[in-house]
Amino acid sequence: MTSSLSGLQSQFMGAFFEESFESLELLETGLLRMEAEGLTSTDINDIFRAAHSIKGSAGTFGFQLVTELAHDMETLLDLFRAGHLVPRQSSIALLLSGVDALRQVLTASRDGGQADHAAIAPLRQRLQDATREDASAGAEATEISPSAATTPLGASPPVSTPVIESPSLSPWIVSFKPNADLLRTGNEPLRLLRELTSLGTAQVETDFSRLPEWDDIVVDDCYLSFTVRLIGAIDRAQIVEVFGWVEEDAKIEISEPVQLAPILKGEAESPALPNEARPSPAPHHPRAPQATAQASEVAGEAAGQTLASVRVGIDRIDALMNMVGELIITQSMLGELDDDGPIDAKRAARIREGLSQLARNTRGLQENVMRLRSMPLSVVFNRFQRLVHDLAQQLGKKIDLTVSGQNTELDKTVLEKLGDPLVHLVRNSLDHGLETPAERIAAGKPETGNISLSAIHRGSDIYIEVADDGRGLDTDRILARGRERGLVAPNAQPTESEIFELIFAPGFSTNEVVTELSGRGVGMDVVRRNVRALGGSIKVESVRGKGAKISLRLPMTLAIIDGQLIRIGDRPFVLPLLSIVESLQIQTSRIHPLSGGCDLYRLRDELIPMVEVGALLGIDMGAAKSGDSLLVIVEAEGERLGLMVDELQAQQQVVVKSLEANYERVLGLAGATILGDGNVAFILDVADISKLIRKILPKGRTKNAIGRSVPTQTIAV
Amino acid sequence: MARILAVDDSTSLRQLVVHTLREAGHQVSEAVNGVEALAIARSQPFDVVISDVNMPQMDGLTLLKHLRALPSFRTIPILVLTTEMDPARKAEAKASGATGWMVKPFNPEQLLSTIRKVTG
Repeated sequence: MTSSLSGLQSQFMGAFFEESFESLELLETGLLRMEAEGLTSTDINDIFRAAHSIKGSAGTFGFQLVTELAHDMETLLDLFRAGHLVPRQSSIALLLSGVDALRQVLTASRDGGQADHAAIAPLRQRLQDATREDASAGAEATEISPSAATTPLGASPPVSTPVIESPSLSPWIVSFKPNADLLRTGNEPLRLLRELTSLGTAQVETDFSRLPEWDDIVVDDCYLSFTVRLIGAIDRAQIVEVFGWVEEDAKIEISEPVQLAPILKGEAESPALPNEARPSPAPHHPRAPQATAQASEVAGEAAGQTLASVRVGIDRIDALMNMVGELIITQSMLGELDDDGPIDAKRAARIREGLSQLARNTRGLQENVMRLRSMPLSVVFNRFQRLVHDLAQQLGKKIDLTVSGQNTELDKTVLEKLGDPLVHLVRNSLDHGLETPAERIAAGKPETGNISLSAIHRGSDIYIEVADDGRGLDTDRILARGRERGLVAPNAQPTESEIFELIFAPGFSTNEVVTELSGRGVGMDVVRRNVRALGGSIKVESVRGKGAKISLRLPMTLAIIDGQLIRIGDRPFVLPLLSIVESLQIQTSRIHPLSGGCDLYRLRDELIPMVEVGALLGIDMGAAKSGDSLLVIVEAEGERLGLMVDELQAQQQVVVKSLEANYERVLGLAGATILGDGNVAFILDVADISKLIRKILPKGRTKNAIGRSVPTQTIAV
Repeated sequence: MARILAVDDSTSLRQLVVHTLREAGHQVSEAVNGVEALAIARSQPFDVVISDVNMPQMDGLTLLKHLRALPSFRTIPILVLTTEMDPARKAEAKASGATGWMVKPFNPEQLLSTIRKVTG
């Protein structure tokens, strides 16, 4: 009975016996006096406390039966104390038998003997009967069952507390609105949230709307409320238990996970946050025959939710608070230096120190704010295990999926738009890349093929690779198909990379038989367009018979870009660094004049349209007219352009301010930013400019001019 | 490490609580009833108070009300150690200013995890 006690418990066993016997003696004399003289309030309190004390400590020291018996005695005594029951001879005799039984058990245990437990059960029964007798006599005493102690929440939900046996698809949503005086009960919302979030994967949203003006804040009032989304194998009771102490001090609502209907058989049981990863359910799998209207509706609601907010882990908010704290310290340090006196060497040094601290703070703050928008790739990656498994079965192939780097974090917006392209790429690998087991054995490869999905973070970019060890791209077939479609000039002998480029042509497919999964040729051009829309790029590598690898490079965030500052006329502009191919001094001899306001520039064996940005966008460039300036070669969606620029200035990270949000969409501009000197600079949208210029250029001429020299250009046009 | 005041009239339980907490690295003061606890609380600050309810001289709930009136005890966690917790008792404990409760019997692990819950 006592074998499982800790050392500490055994250590105080002696004290326990001593005080228990003391209590039993008190109990006994009290009961005897009660029998002789009737009930007095002092006596009954002492007697009650003696029973209570035995009950309280016995359980802790491992004497469960003693606790139970003492509990029943206490219950009866409590009825006496409350005046619900007049002590009768028989009840007192019963209680005295209880004392005897307790003493017998405790003595035997203390002396290392065998306690006789047989008498306890019938005794308890009789005590309980005596209690109930009273209850049926009309007293309002509540019966306290021992189980009340193990379920601490009286107000827990009615009847069912379902245990979720398998991880649910959608999260538990727990809304926690502390009353203003919660803190004055000694409870701390952050601790409760920490306890709650430790149950699974959680995201906490904080509602600041009740926060008053600074001057009106009462320091120990609680103004914040929280919404927690919780994913994991969690049952309701665990959540209820977290709030066990505060259920009266807060408004707590717990919504159970909704079992989302599977949208596509292959993606049914992703343990990740499905509504996060699936922003637009309908275009996601336009051909999925299993998709039902109902399922789309459910997912549609989920998708709607994801647009509304970004849910952020509390640790990230803490980190941000921390950074803001440091910023305030820097500010006050610099503030101290702000008086009208002369700036001597000592003060200048302090200012410099403050400024470098400020730079550090700003960087930290930027990183932390970006982390607020970040989510792990596992949200997207997790659904692929099931997808691969199911599709492999459908196709009669044996395929393993290896996933790595799923903890790499990416801007939520980028992440949401990444799902579709990745699904396309993985399906392509499954359908085209990997061979059937028989083919693989014939080719001397292991029967089971492998697809690997990996992500790695380098600099400000994330690289995602979809690789397989299948047959690789069939360059002969792609080239033949390209010629058939007129994408490659009959005599041209394109290089391997130019052939790979063909698969990105709209509507391109080598498959004679269109399978259900892929091969209708809407794939790769859409993939590339999506990736480029995110400011990323895509690269194809393939070795015949060994496998293929598609690499995506994506920026970590869309809100901050690496920019090249340029000057055109007397205006500053920003070009996204990623779009720049090279810059060169304009040599007049290489200019091929063309009517229609757009000349061509011969760069090596390529003719590139020369763009005057000001004229094209209708922006007044001021007095400083560009003369023999620079040509910056940029590329967007496979098209090259030369922008006429007067000066290349610094390269720096710029924060993109949306024109749509602040003004209106302007064709040719991706946004604006504020430079270090306070000036506003427009960020050029190279893809837009490219489209504009193609409209101006005489159609046939560019096509011919470029087509003659570079076949890849022909493909893309 | 937290400064904890443990109040219980039962020597065995109090010592079990005190030693468990001390072994876990906490700084623990002890009192055998509400009157003694209140005297100690007036002379020094604590991070957590854990008190039995049913005690001679001054019971736990009365102690709680007195403690909450002291400025340095306004928002600290005060836990009651009790044998059962039905809604009526909970309401009574909360009304007296209890942060939460720990139900007897308990073992040292439960005690430490409850303390972690309020000190984290």
